Order: sequence, then structure tokens, then C-alpha cells
Amino acid sequence: MSTATNDVKPEVKMVSVTIEGRTTSVPEGTTIIEAAKTVGVLIPHYCYHPGLPVAGVCRMCLVDVEKFPKLAPACATTVMEGQVVSVHSEKAREARKGVLEFLLINHPLDCPVCDQSGECELQDYTFQEGRAESRYEEPKRFNPVEDFGGDVLYVPNRCILCTRCVRFMGDVVEEPVLNVSERGDRAFIGKAEGHDLTDAWAGNVVDLCPVGALLSKDFLNKARAWELDRSASICTGCSQGCNVTVETRDNTVVRLKPRSNTAVNHFYLCEQGRLDYRWINRRDRLDQPKVRVDGEWRTVDWEDALDAAAAALAGKRVTVLASPNCSNETLFLAERMIARQGGSGVFRVMLGAEAPLRGVEDLSLRAERAANATGARLLGYADLAQGAPIVNANDVLLVLDDVLEGELPTALTGMMSSGAIVVHVGTTLPAVLEGRAQVALPTTNHTEEEGTFTNLRGRVQRFLQARTAPGLARPSWYVMSDLVERLGAGEGRYMASAVFDQLAATHASFAGLSYATLALRGLPVIDAAERDVLAPTVAV
Amino acid sequence: MGFPHPSHERETPVLSKYFGDPEARTLAGWRARGGYASFEKALGMDPVEIQNIVKDSGLRGRGGAGFPTGIKWSFMKPDGKTHYLCCNADESEPGTFKDREIMRWTPHALIEGVAIGAHAIYAETAYIYIRGEYSEPIRIMQAAVAEAYAAGILGANAMGTGKRVDVHIHRGAGAYICGEETALMNSLEGRRGNPRIKPPFPAVAGLFGQPTTINNVETLAAVPHILREGAEWYQQLGREDNPRSRGTKLFSVCGNIARPGNYEVTMGFPFGEFLNDMCGGALPGREIKAVIPGGSSVPILTREEAENTFMDYEGMVASGTMLGSGGVIVFDDRQDMVRQIARLARFYAHESCAQCSQCREGTAWTTRILERISAGQGNARDFDTLLSIADNMTGKTICVLSDSCATPVVSGLKKFRHEFEAKLGPDHSRGVVPVLLTSNRTVAA
Repeated sequence: MSTATNDVKPEVKMVSVTIEGRTTSVPEGTTIIEAAKTVGVLIPHYCYHPGLPVAGVCRMCLVDVEKFPKLAPACATTVMEGQVVSVHSEKAREARKGVLEFLLINHPLDCPVCDQSGECELQDYTFQEGRAESRYEEPKRFNPVEDFGGDVLYVPNRCILCTRCVRFMGDVVEEPVLNVSERGDRAFIGKAEGHDLTDAWAGNVVDLCPVGALLSKDFLNKARAWELDRSASICTGCSQGCNVTVETRDNTVVRLKPRSNTAVNHFYLCEQGRLDYRWINRRDRLDQPKVRVDGEWRTVDWEDALDAAAAALAGKRVTVLASPNCSNETLFLAERMIARQGGSGVFRVMLGAEAPLRGVEDLSLRAERAANATGARLLGYADLAQGAPIVNANDVLLVLDDVLEGELPTALTGMMSSGAIVVHVGTTLPAVLEGRAQVALPTTNHTEEEGTFTNLRGRVQRFLQARTAPGLARPSWYVMSDLVERLGAGEGRYMASAVFDQLAATHASFAGLSYATLALRGLPVIDAAERDVLAPTVAV
Repeated sequence: MGFPHPSHERETPVLSKYFGDPEARTLAGWRARGGYASFEKALGMDPVEIQNIVKDSGLRGRGGAGFPTGIKWSFMKPDGKTHYLCCNADESEPGTFKDREIMRWTPHALIEGVAIGAHAIYAETAYIYIRGEYSEPIRIMQAAVAEAYAAGILGANAMGTGKRVDVHIHRGAGAYICGEETALMNSLEGRRGNPRIKPPFPAVAGLFGQPTTINNVETLAAVPHILREGAEWYQQLGREDNPRSRGTKLFSVCGNIARPGNYEVTMGFPFGEFLNDMCGGALPGREIKAVIPGGSSVPILTREEAENTFMDYEGMVASGTMLGSGGVIVFDDRQDMVRQIARLARFYAHESCAQCSQCREGTAWTTRILERISAGQGNARDFDTLLSIADNMTGKTICVLSDSCATPVVSGLKKFRHEFEAKLGPDHSRGVVPVLLTSNRTVAA
């Protein structure tokens, strides 16, 4: 989402407030819980979530406000000038201890078999300030596990009725499938009869659930939270560019979770992005450089393979068929090659149905099911659907990680049958290139390298490495950098940051950006107003 | 008149003057008794003028909180927004049945009060939210509203003055919590009857997000009398040494008492005389042990405490309890206080809306402990646990249902601890009590 920075904003009145002895100044109307974050104080809470309307029901965030007769819920109380708030006063701590005890009386102590264990807010706060032992001597309430459809299981015994899921489905998805049924401690999260959590965004209720009441069937019993390694990444499911955390266990991706970025996906990730990760772990990878000698594949070392590829490419026009899931860096280096040798670049992108998240502006599962089609366009690549380039028998066809699976469009089969030499740089060796390519150079996928993607709103975002490369595979920008140097199209650059900074220095649309300033939230390529004007005219 | 007993000579029947008189139910009968004169008068007055008269009369909210009605009305300013008046007839407080009799016998008194109230707060629309179980009062109220519309008293041209006053009857669906004013508004809007966080207060954003005033049936029914007789007349009803509680109050008396029913007395009436003379005292051969003076949510009084109490807002507070809704529940010496308090707790556990953690879990936990003690399986630890739970449940939730559950437990434990102690059984320490796993619902496979 683009934020128009040069809009004149109305004067916001600032209010000064002291929380836990630290004074801060926040805009009028800010809640105490948000104001506390600005001074590094996290007020314990369950029902509050910045992306949802305030419910004020868990009563966990009760804080002591000077001159207030009663404790105030920090999520529902706005700051007032000169207010002094104590989060850890005796009174407030006792109240939270009481809430924790109440939440636990009917909560099973099944942490050892609960998926949420290790990332459970009930567990965390109980360890932090709950009672050491229970005073509850009565039988616990019991309700059976229920299948909510989609990827979601409901374990009512663990539910603390914070209603985050109910509010998410009602106010964000705008499909009020969930509700609070019954009253008193018999209450549970009910599901409208005949409806399931099948919305494209419904799976977010699992992330929103602060305890282990809503579970992902996909992740069920798969790993303990503390065994996982986490890396910041970008979802490649569509051109929205949702920020994700890739979670791996023993070098295998086991779960994708949304990573908060209010400029792109807020706190959410759709089912498509969340569940489509198994391809990352595929075992049939191209993991050694190969060269065809006398019609037979030979496994060679990198130097020989790069020499062979450079020899095949030298002096030839080159047509690059790039995957729109290639990083900006890889696409940029291939574009340098085209600039030197002549030729053109194309990509093809899969299309699917749009699935917007209605309650959030400009967030949707986009029709273009690839992460970097916008980056490709900005770098001068054309969509194959708009027309195929002419490939002569004397040319070289450089396939850049297009998996070439399924039925190929006629434009593509035309290119393949042109008689041009095929050089393949990619994560797998497609079956159609098995007997066709001259050189095959193994590369890593986006979870095994770092780099940047440009989302459909022109936001450039970094992704980091989450797992190790299979075999001898190298980052694709690293391989392209070697090739470019061998062909005399530029100097070799062996850091993603160096490649990106050269890209920013070369291409007007990326001007002013640097790898360092992108940080983990990304930056828009150019101003919203300029983007539409400039983007189509960027010449290769 | 009076119902079911003729009015006692020491009663001051104002609202209850026509209880038991079926003719007062009809529009003609009500007009013959001076009905709708006040409304006609009110329509000719400026709303601020009405607010001031009600302020001067000293009328305070009869639903339990006792907020001055005139002041509540004066929060509503002519700001061009749509205003609403809600009449809270969701009389669900255990032990309270005064509004029921007002609606049964004098429906037009309420309609007149509602219509005046609507005019006084710049509202054109008023809702009367009646609890679902009140089948007969609902039927009577609906008939009366239809009559009032047919006679041109209500509608687009109320009493021919060109002013619009609409009154709608809304039937509740049987939830105690819908008597809480913000839950009532949610329920009226068609949502789940959950109390809302305040602020915003109803006078700022209430029903459908508009400025709203909510008044109890008894409060609104008193307004026509005040307009007719004047603020000074109402102001002089009540005990001389307490200028803060004025007028008459209906008390519903139930439990172990000779003559249960509704009684209307002036504010500050001595509770001892009320119980022993007016209501006839204990049943033959029995003795009053405890009294809950204002509906089940207020602290319990022993007989001695009750007999030394004045029946007004301040008098009750002086005795450590509250006037509440005026629902007097009398327990005699045959009653088991542990069981009675456990029953009250069960009521609150059943009616908790399940929003706030303390209330949802605390009311149910309290009930389970009390029922275990009542069954002879209590232990000495339970008292401390009960008081600690009660403390954690008080003053920390969105509404006061949680506090209401804690109140009888705390006062009961304090005043009738010997009865609790007599119930204690052998110490079933942890591990001995079998853990029962019972499903309270079934899920279709």
C-alpha cells in the first residue's frame, strides 16, 4: 500500500503521559496499551489486537491509572494529558494474577501435547506473573474438539473466549461465520451452521488465537515451537508480497507465518500463501552443474560449467525466459547480459482468482501468482502473454528458473523449437530441457538465498536465507554475476547487497534505494504518482 | 386499591393507586382518572422546563443505581441528532416484580411517562424493552399502545400538537444481562446482549450509536404524577432528615413473610415497621433470619440490621447494603443460608454473558464451591478461596454482574459464617475428589 507522504495532515494534538515512570508523547486518542509500547512496556493482554476492534473483555490489561478509582483496561482507555499509569503496581499485578487464575481453572494443563506450547501467551504470562499452583478443586469443564473446516481445528477446552477469531471473521473477513455461543463458563466459539472457515483468509484465526484453541491442521503435531528456526521472508504466492516468517525444522520448511507489515499485509497471510510451501522442500533438485558433452550429461565443477555457458552465450543474441519469482538482483544481471549481447527478456506468470481481504485496504490474494512480475516489468521484461519474441537458430535461449511444467503455451514451444542453444539456470532441470539444454546451472530457491522482490505496488522488499542450499547450488544472482563477468557485461559482484546497489545506481525506477535502507519493511520504488508514468517507459 | 392485598393504611399509593382496578387499564378508564393530562401539558412545555421540574422533584432512578433522573435527562441536548429513549422493563432481578404490576394494571401510566420522557430528551422514538417471560404485561402493554395510537395520543401528531412521539414494545428473549443498559441496547439492535464498554456513555453514543437515555419503568411512571402535582408535592414525600431521597417507592416483598406483594411507601420508611406491621412479619411459628432488601445483587442483612434501617438510598447504605430495585427477599429460620446463597450464585453463573474472564469463570467457580459446601464436602480452605475469588471479581469487569455474584457471598460468609462452618465435611484434599469429565454439549459428527 502506498502512503502518500506529501499529503498535508491535520494538526494532531499530542498528549504527554507517564507509564511506568517513563514519559512519552503520543497523539490524542491513543490507547494506553499502544502508548506503553512507545516506551517499551508491553502490557499483558489477550483480547486486544491492533488489527481488530477493541473488545475489552479479557480484563488482562487492567492498569493502575492515577486518580482513577478502579483499574482501567489499557486497551479501551485513551490517554489523557499528564496521566500517570502504573502497569506493575501491586493492585494491577494482583488483578492480572486473578485473571490468569480464572483463565486456567477450566484450561487443561496439556502444554506437553499442545501445538501452541512455547508460543502461548497464557503460558508466558502465567510463568511471568501467575500463581504457582491452582486453588481449583472442582471438575474441569469439557467440550470435544471440533473441525471448523478449512485448515482449522477448534479445541474448546483451551479456549479463553478472547473473541479475536470472532472479531476477525466478522470485522476483517466480513463473513461472520464464528460467534460466541452459550453463556457463562459454558460459552464456546460457535460456528454458523452450514458454514466453514473456508475463506481464503480464514486461516489467520490460528495466528490470532493467543492460546492453543485454534490449531492449524497442517501444522498439527508437526514440531514444537522452540525447535523451529525463523527467517524473515516474502511470500511468493502472488504479487501482493506479504511479509512472512519462514519456519524450518532440521532445514525443512514446516510452516509459514505472517510477519507484520502495516504497509503491505498488516498481520495477515492468506491460505494460498500459508499452505503452499511444500515445493520449497522438494528433493528432486538440480544440485550439481552439468554440461552436455556428445549428447550426454556430464557433471562438472562450477568453473567448467560457467565456462561452457559463457562459451555458448558469447557473441550471441540472447533471449531470457525468466521466472517472475526470480529476485530483482537476478533479473537485473540477466538484463545487463541482454544489454550487452542484444536480445530480449520475457516472463510468464500464472493467473488465478483474486481473493481480497475485505476489511483491509489493498490486501488481496492477487491474480498474478508470482512474487516479482512487477520487478521484471520495471527491468524491461515483457509478459509472454503479450507476444513471443523471435528466437533465431543462432540465438541462445537462457531459461532462468522457469520450471516449464504442465502444458506449455504455443509461444513457448515456438521458442523451444527454434533450434537455439538452451542454457538453463534454475532450481530443477525441467523434463522438457532434459534432452534440449546445453548447460544446466543449479541455483537456490528464495528460501536458500537472499535478495529482493518488487510487489505489485512497487514496494521493494528483502527476503533472507532460511535453509541451506542443496548440493552445489548457488544463489541465482551469484551465478548470473559470474556469467556476466565472463561475458564482459560487468564486474562480478558476490553480495546481494552489492548487486542491488548497482541496480539502484543503474535503473531510474530503483533510484535512491539501497539494500541497507530497505531493512525488513521494504520501500516503494518511486512515488505512487510517478510510478505509473515511469514504469512502462523504463528502457532496457 | 392495591393488589393482591388492599393498600395498607400506612402506604402512600401513587403508582399503585389503581393496582387491582381493571378499568384503569383501558384508555377511557385511564383518562377518567386524569390520565394523559400531564402529557398534554408536557407537549406544551420546553423540554428543559420538564427536565427542571423533574430535577426539582428529587426523583432518582428506581432501577437500582439511583441516579437523579432530571440530571440524566439534561445530558441530552438539542444537537440535531436522533435521540432515543429506552424504557428498561427487563425486570429480571430475582425478588423484584414491581414493574410487572405497573405494566399489568396501569399500562397507560407507563406509556404517558415514556411519552413525556421522550419529549423531555428531544427524542421522537421510545422503546419499551420488556423481559420475554412477562407474557401478560406484554399483552396488556401492546393493547394499550395500540389504543394510544388509535386515539392519536402517540404517532406523528401526538395529541394534535404536531409533535411526533413513537413508542415501540420490544420483547426480550430471556436473558438477565439484557437488563444492563448497554446490553439492552445491543439486544434492541439485534445483537447478542453483551454489555458495552463505557465510555462512550449512552447519552453520547447509545442505541444505534445515537444519544440515548435509559430509564426504569417505575421512574418513568412517576413522571406524570410529578408534572400533575408539581415538584414540591413529590419533594415533600419522604423522611425529613434525608433530603436526598424523595417520593414514593414500590417494594416487592417475597419469601418467608406473611403477606408478600407490592407495597408503596414514602422514601425513608422504617424497614422494621414495614416488615413486621405492613407485611405481617414472619409466618406463624417462625422467625425472620435474614433479608435481602433490594434484589438479589445487594448485601444481605440480618434481621436486627434490617429492623434498624430506613428504606431509602442513604438509609440502606448506612446499613451496609443498597436500596437496589426494591426487591425484598425474606428468609426465616427454616432456611439454609448456604443453600440459598449457592442458589443465587448459580443464577449469576447461568446468566453471565461470558465476556469478562472474571465473571465467566468466577461465577461458575463460586457456584461449584458453594454447592460442594452445601453438599457437606466443604473444607476450611474454601472460605478464603471464596473471599479471594469474590475480591478478584469485584470492580474489574465491564458491568456489575460479576460484583453482584460476589456480594451475597461476601455478606453471607460474613454474617452467617456459623452456617457455613456447620456444613464442613471431612477434608477432601486434592487428588481425592474424582475429576468428572462431562460434556455439556454435543457436536454433530
